[in-house]
Amino acid sequence: MKLPAAPNVTRRSFVVSASAATVIPPAVALVAGSAQVAAAAAHHPAPAAHATPAERIYLFFNVAEVQFIEAACERLIPADEPGAAALGAGALAAGVPNYLDKQLGGAWGAGERLYRSGPWIQGTPSQGYQLPFTPAELFRTALRAINTELAKRGPQFSELPAAAQDDYLKSLEKDNHDFDGVPSAVFFDMLLKMTVEGFFSDPVYGGNHDMVAWRMLGFPGAYADYYEAIDRHGVKFERAPLSIGADGHGHLHVQSEIPASVG
Amino acid sequence: MVQQLKEVDVVVIGVGMVGSILAKELAAAGYKVVGLERGNTRFTVPEFQSPGIHDELRFDVRKALMQDNTREPVTFRNTSSQTGLPIRRWESFLPGTGLGGSMVHWNGQTYRFQANDFELATRTRERYGQGFLDPDITIQDWGVTYDELEPHYDRFEYLLGTSGKAGNLKGQIQPGGDPHESPRSREYPTPPQKEHYSGALFRKAANSLGYHPFPQPSSNLSQPYTNPEGLKMNTCVFCGFCERYACEHYAKSTPQTFILPVLLANPNFELRTGCQVQRINLDSTKQRATDVTYIDNAGREFEQPASLVITCLFAINNIRMLLLSGIGKPYDPATGKGVVGRNYAYQTMSTVASFFDEDVIVNPFMASGASGTLINDFAGDNFDHSGLGFIGGAFIGAVNTNGRPIQYHPTPPGTPAWGKGWKNAVVKHYNHTIMFSLHGSSVSQRQNYADLDPTYKDAWSQPLLRITFDFPKNDLKMAEYVTARGVEIGKAMGAKQVAGTPRKAPYTTQQYQTTHNTGGTVMGNDPSTSVVNRYLQSWDVPNVFVIGASAYPQNASWNPTGTLGALTYWVADALKNEYLKNPGRLVSP
Repeated sequence: MKLPAAPNVTRRSFVVSASAATVIPPAVALVAGSAQVAAAAAHHPAPAAHATPAERIYLFFNVAEVQFIEAACERLIPADEPGAAALGAGALAAGVPNYLDKQLGGAWGAGERLYRSGPWIQGTPSQGYQLPFTPAELFRTALRAINTELAKRGPQFSELPAAAQDDYLKSLEKDNHDFDGVPSAVFFDMLLKMTVEGFFSDPVYGGNHDMVAWRMLGFPGAYADYYEAIDRHGVKFERAPLSIGADGHGHLHVQSEIPASVG
Repeated sequence: MVQQLKEVDVVVIGVGMVGSILAKELAAAGYKVVGLERGNTRFTVPEFQSPGIHDELRFDVRKALMQDNTREPVTFRNTSSQTGLPIRRWESFLPGTGLGGSMVHWNGQTYRFQANDFELATRTRERYGQGFLDPDITIQDWGVTYDELEPHYDRFEYLLGTSGKAGNLKGQIQPGGDPHESPRSREYPTPPQKEHYSGALFRKAANSLGYHPFPQPSSNLSQPYTNPEGLKMNTCVFCGFCERYACEHYAKSTPQTFILPVLLANPNFELRTGCQVQRINLDSTKQRATDVTYIDNAGREFEQPASLVITCLFAINNIRMLLLSGIGKPYDPATGKGVVGRNYAYQTMSTVASFFDEDVIVNPFMASGASGTLINDFAGDNFDHSGLGFIGGAFIGAVNTNGRPIQYHPTPPGTPAWGKGWKNAVVKHYNHTIMFSLHGSSVSQRQNYADLDPTYKDAWSQPLLRITFDFPKNDLKMAEYVTARGVEIGKAMGAKQVAGTPRKAPYTTQQYQTTHNTGGTVMGNDPSTSVVNRYLQSWDVPNVFVIGASAYPQNASWNPTGTLGALTYWVADALKNEYLKNPGRLVSP
């Protein structure tokens, strides 16, 4: 189903329009045995629809912040160097920074589903997060402090070689830098969690571009009827994944001129 | 300005599984029933439909169907020497909200407890002697027996259409079922769901070790079913979006599929949503409830008088409702006196991960929430605990429920948390790993309880519930023991690497374990150790009934919902046949 590229088509109306198509049973190939699996992997369904790069229009992050975020996400989930064993895209090509930007700029960043009444007492690890910062405040505070800290030493994070970037991320993870009240380990934990979310969540949220992460795993995505397949044991289920916003062919139709649109 | 409403026969607080079944029974018997639900109205159509419903980020990670913790969280601490702090985001357990309650997002695992569980204190003493238990353990008998509940279990399973295989029909052991189960009067209403590959491999390995594997009883149905209420349900297609989601297919049994259409068609019943009940009000004797106070979504306050008040909330919310209403004496762990909040317990969850080579393709995403294969050989008191130093146990099973990748991407121990090593391991193991759940029992213990928090408030300025809990030594020993058995099964499956993770202390609110919170308004035959009698009637205020897993004196080795369904029908019969004909105490204190 191809939607008209009318300028007033919003993401919401796209999703609703596309929903009717999801009831179409997608083509399924069942391939038995490991040799065939390898063969099937070689013919893994190509990324559907459009090979445009992931969205990189940032509404929440400023330039200094996004340089850190893009580089850090790519170290957390790196792209593979080309070669026979390459798994595919890393966080950057998957659009994870775009996902983070939309989450932090929206309700989640503002403290959605976070109880925000004091008093603010730091408890035990069993008691969990007890800081007054919303995710957006926490990222802003930590990123400003990180960039200030690194500027005193020399190159910014994005200019460091990969091994030095990893060392710095490990220091955030393990050492307790105090970033104006944000313990670096808390920031690192939130960054890592959101990077994994952005990598694996449905592409309608701006990451997992072209469902690269789902293809990597062989996860068929949001929709499938496995009634006939479930008791065909040990047989790989081979099908291009479906997004919640996909049509029956697995195509995502993007209004690229709308920043909040899926990418 | 508080608006006074017209008196009704019955007010039901919370229109989830318990509330909808009870309201249906009482409305059909001719009583005027008002159901007060804090959340929204919602049905399979249109609320549970695509494209919105299969959204892992929204439902799994952000927990869209859960109790609004920005307005109504709980506070938590491991021990009473600590300060209770709010659980600012749900993680360890996930109470739901809205019409249909937590059952809307359940997995459909529908067990019965065993005869032993209902008389646990007596039978443990009989079998293992007086001094077997740690003196801090406060397990007790339920005041109701399995035989008394059996017809009600049966009725509940036929309401839901549960898919399974009987293992014990009237004392006759049945091939293919669970030989350890207590006798059931007839077969499950529908046959078991199809077995996934993980379950088949588990079955073979468990058989080779001399255990007794059987199909998990599932309320995600194996075939179309029409229940005794005349409501039709569909066959589950194993889409792998059960727990934390609502079912779009009419295949998972929830109040929306098995009772609400009948209830809502009865003019004796009135549903009011968006009603946050503040308290049950008592008369000057403090022995009779007169009405309940609630505040609606627009902030308006109402008083709804009723002859009978039934609180049907999620376990922890039942406790809080009684504490806010001054019904029953709050428990004091220092003296051991008092009852409300006493015997708060949980579930002791451990896991075993079996990692295979790439030739074993398990397709983890093909699953229902209850399509596993398991054994009860190490559950409850199905094995001799002499010399083991603990009671209880766990079912062990390949009960994989999904392959949704944000939450499910198992890696072997030693895998880095990020970077190339992490990515490689995630991709390598995603489709070649079998996870066992070891679903362990939970003893009640003197130090574990719930009370009102002295500091933190909800959005209506009422004190939050405070939970004080850590895993009893008994349960940690149990977890070690059953995990070792699970690892043996993983090895017998031929896995390349098997990693057992027995549950360890301290209990943390930061990792999902299970939403099987129990206790705090415990049932029993002794008012000094129970909040409600064996019909779940308040000892102190006899026109208040408190129904939920909060009634369990301790938690058994299985998911609690089946037993709660049985208790619901048990109470419904007591209300219809006795209480409502002649209101008063059903049991003399």
